[in-house]
Amino acid sequence: MPVRPLHASTERRLVTTRLHIDWTRCDGHGSCVELLPDQLGVDDFGFPVPRSGQRDPVVPRRAEDAARHAVRNCPVMALRMYDAAS
Amino acid sequence: MSATLTSALWALGRGTGVVALVLFTSAIVLGILARSGRRVAGLGRFGISDLHRAAALTGAGLVVAHVGSLLFDPYAQLRLVDLALPFLASYRPLWLGLGTLTLDLLVVVTVVSLLRGRLGPRVFRVVHWATYVLWPIAVLHALGSGTDAGSTWFRTLAAVCVGSVIVAVGWRLVPSYGGRGWAREPRRSA
Repeated sequence: MPVRPLHASTERRLVTTRLHIDWTRCDGHGSCVELLPDQLGVDDFGFPVPRSGQRDPVVPRRAEDAARHAVRNCPVMALRMYDAAS
Repeated sequence: MSATLTSALWALGRGTGVVALVLFTSAIVLGILARSGRRVAGLGRFGISDLHRAAALTGAGLVVAHVGSLLFDPYAQLRLVDLALPFLASYRPLWLGLGTLTLDLLVVVTVVSLLRGRLGPRVFRVVHWATYVLWPIAVLHALGSGTDAGSTWFRTLAAVCVGSVIVAVGWRLVPSYGGRGWAREPRRSA
């Protein structure tokens, strides 16, 4: 079991997980919008729009599983999660 | 090997083969549906992709059981080399060879799919097209070497499978397939 101290619930979170959408790949299938309804809205053409207005929206801890699911599920592999210093 | 065990393995080989065919048929139809980006009531868009993946991987697992059980079948007389190199088998070499070809393609498609995060979308997509070759070969193998190929129930099942894939592929070729079900024009490259 890998230890991820920065994400342990007792410690202050020093990094945030963000979701990157590769717009050269995204084709607006909409799976991610279904899986991350609180983070992603949808435009008129079915493309995801981060609700926060950030380019790479922050993925809150409670949504990390859903975000991983979205990354795995994207038919064109347009999603990526990464940790960044907050 | 006792006669009972032999016939049990044979039954297992037939059963897993037939169910694998049904699952691969479902996987192709679900894959085409998933690629279309349309929503299916109760499943959503992501659910179709998940089902596609589950059907394909379960089918692949059944093929392993199919091959594993028939390896011990005294009629088929498969050798290990027949699992990789087609058309060398002593019993119905053509029809068994099509099964070997299916297995070869299946291994490549499955491994590339599981590693698609590392290999990237281009390799994944090109290799995934091989399923359109894999599936017809699998159908021919089922019709040619299947013990039940002559029975009405199997022919009905095979006809339903072939019909489903023809309808799905036909739909994929229609221009409106790319429309995603959203109120927009399909994107065209300039």
